Amino acid sequence: MNPSSLIESVKDHFPEGVLAFHAYRGDATVVLRRSALLEVARFLKQDPALQMNFLMDLTAVDYSTFGKRPARAFFSSSGVAVRPFAQIPDEAPWPGPPPGSRFAVVYHFFSTAHKHRLRLVVPVEEAHAEVDSLTDLWLGANWLEREVWDMFGISFKGHPDLKRILMYEEFEGHPLRKDYPVDKRQPLIGPVN
Amino acid sequence: MEQTETTSTLETITSSVDDSAGGETRDMILNIGPAHPAMHGIVRIVVRLDGEQVEEVETEIGYLHRGFEKMAETVDYNGVIPYTDRLNYVSPLINNMGYCMTVEKLLELSVPERCHYIRVILSEISRISDHLTCVGATAMELGAFTVFLYMIKAREYLWDLVEKVTGARLTVTYCRVGGVKADLPEDFAEACHKAFEETRTVLSESDKLLTRNRIFVDRMAGTGVISSDDAVAYGITGPFLRATGAEYDVRKDCPYSVYDRLPFDVPVGSRGDNMDRYLVRMEEMEQSMRIVEAALRDMPRGPVLVDPGSGRPIPAAQMVDLAKVGNIGAIAGGSAVVGPTLEGSGHAEHPSIAVDDKRVFLPPKEDTYGNIEGLMQQFKLVMFGHGVRVPQGEVYFPVEGANGELGFYLVSDGGGGPYRLRVRPPCFAIMSALSQLLTGDMVADIVPTFGSVNMIGGELDR
Repeated sequence: MNPSSLIESVKDHFPEGVLAFHAYRGDATVVLRRSALLEVARFLKQDPALQMNFLMDLTAVDYSTFGKRPARAFFSSSGVAVRPFAQIPDEAPWPGPPPGSRFAVVYHFFSTAHKHRLRLVVPVEEAHAEVDSLTDLWLGANWLEREVWDMFGISFKGHPDLKRILMYEEFEGHPLRKDYPVDKRQPLIGPVN
Repeated sequence: MEQTETTSTLETITSSVDDSAGGETRDMILNIGPAHPAMHGIVRIVVRLDGEQVEEVETEIGYLHRGFEKMAETVDYNGVIPYTDRLNYVSPLINNMGYCMTVEKLLELSVPERCHYIRVILSEISRISDHLTCVGATAMELGAFTVFLYMIKAREYLWDLVEKVTGARLTVTYCRVGGVKADLPEDFAEACHKAFEETRTVLSESDKLLTRNRIFVDRMAGTGVISSDDAVAYGITGPFLRATGAEYDVRKDCPYSVYDRLPFDVPVGSRGDNMDRYLVRMEEMEQSMRIVEAALRDMPRGPVLVDPGSGRPIPAAQMVDLAKVGNIGAIAGGSAVVGPTLEGSGHAEHPSIAVDDKRVFLPPKEDTYGNIEGLMQQFKLVMFGHGVRVPQGEVYFPVEGANGELGFYLVSDGGGGPYRLRVRPPCFAIMSALSQLLTGDMVADIVPTFGSVNMIGGELDR
């Protein structure tokens, strides 16, 4: 299926659940309500016209500083910002990040039978950072969800063993959140900074 | 498993009373790694054993976490490329290519044809070196040290090729957004054929030593079995998936670059055990050589380095000196000669290896040193706070890495560097299936199964 008919198919079956959609650069993308995620994922896997048998990737994005990052200074100590030069113009611009929520959990599905890909984006607010786990549908979701919990602090309802995977248990905070400083160190032994 | 170590918390309890007598038996907990010769890189596996049978496995990863994704948010687009070298450090050129093609997808750039071929050739050479390392290391751990030495010898020939092109063996940083760093050296095709001849000899020798070797086959066949459905459910791709009989290969199913024009077969197994994975990898190396040979034959010819019409050749280093003292007149009409291992290219090769877009790619050296526009273009791309600026958006782009689908998911906020860069590391999915692969096998089977996973710490832990 081509990107637009993929989107149509999800939209027709879940008119309530779909918040937005786009096919920027040919990547079919559907933005979903959190409550619809499990249903849509099951539909993607089981519908004979879609047959998304692969959960290729599961990750998250912290949109809290999107478009607000300060221009990088020419010499970082001087604080003199370089005026950004014109970016390469875009004829069909990207609709932008999901409004109103800090995080977005991003799923990439692939079907080996039909060779099509679909991206699901689920906006998640900071105050209630929890989405349904897909571990019942795809075994591979287990570790991927653990990584998202580790890096972003988004928890997954129904996950059998949600614990840190890349960082150690004693680690404080979630390193891929934008408010986690890039140069902060938390070694178990040795000097702290 | 002589060197396995047990920690004080995980005490070793051996069953002292035998089963048939109806006495008490207790499970034994064995801790392997993180620093253990059989755990390539660093990973920790804790197994619960009943006698020699593995009952339960817990895999602990993250010992090599360097924060790749966090670091990528702090640098500009071309600045990420050296970090991608260190993802899968056995086949860094595939990572380079995957990342650059992701940014190019967001920029809607198409690179020149010769550049596509160069990237494909170097990717396939990297794939061979990756498979050689994997098969060689597995064979060594099963006692076939000769095969390991043979295969590392073949890898040396291939890395000599890579060094000739990029100037480095491992941390190559060869691709750029919109092209590659430099053209192939003149005698590359010849050197490549020679290296392949050596590699083929090694492969046929190793094949004779291993494929029908009783010890090797007994250890490999029927161990580490996974079904095709389970492999898909875990998200396993690459040779590991193809050994189960599923035929998914990104190069065939979602062709990128010029793979749709090159002839190659995708070998598949049927049993999904270690032996099939070994056979698939052996055949894939042959297919990769086939791709490279076809690409060398079909690729558009590069420029003649010293074209009589393009002016007298001046080494780029001399051009810098002339330009520094303002002697532009001496440069005018000359053509820059840049060694292929140095950054940059002259007028002659620039159009065939780089996209013609001033906002993305460095100018030819004659322009950098010879006129103010070229100098400004260079500065606007390399100075801190400048660089390539891509529009706001998100893209996902997969390539076939040596271990499976290597995908990059990039979100841009229109600033100077990636807002978020996510890598889908192929061996992450395989490692998550490791507990299922090992459960039920013998403790000695951990070694060949773990070897055939081809765990690469750099991409697993990022």
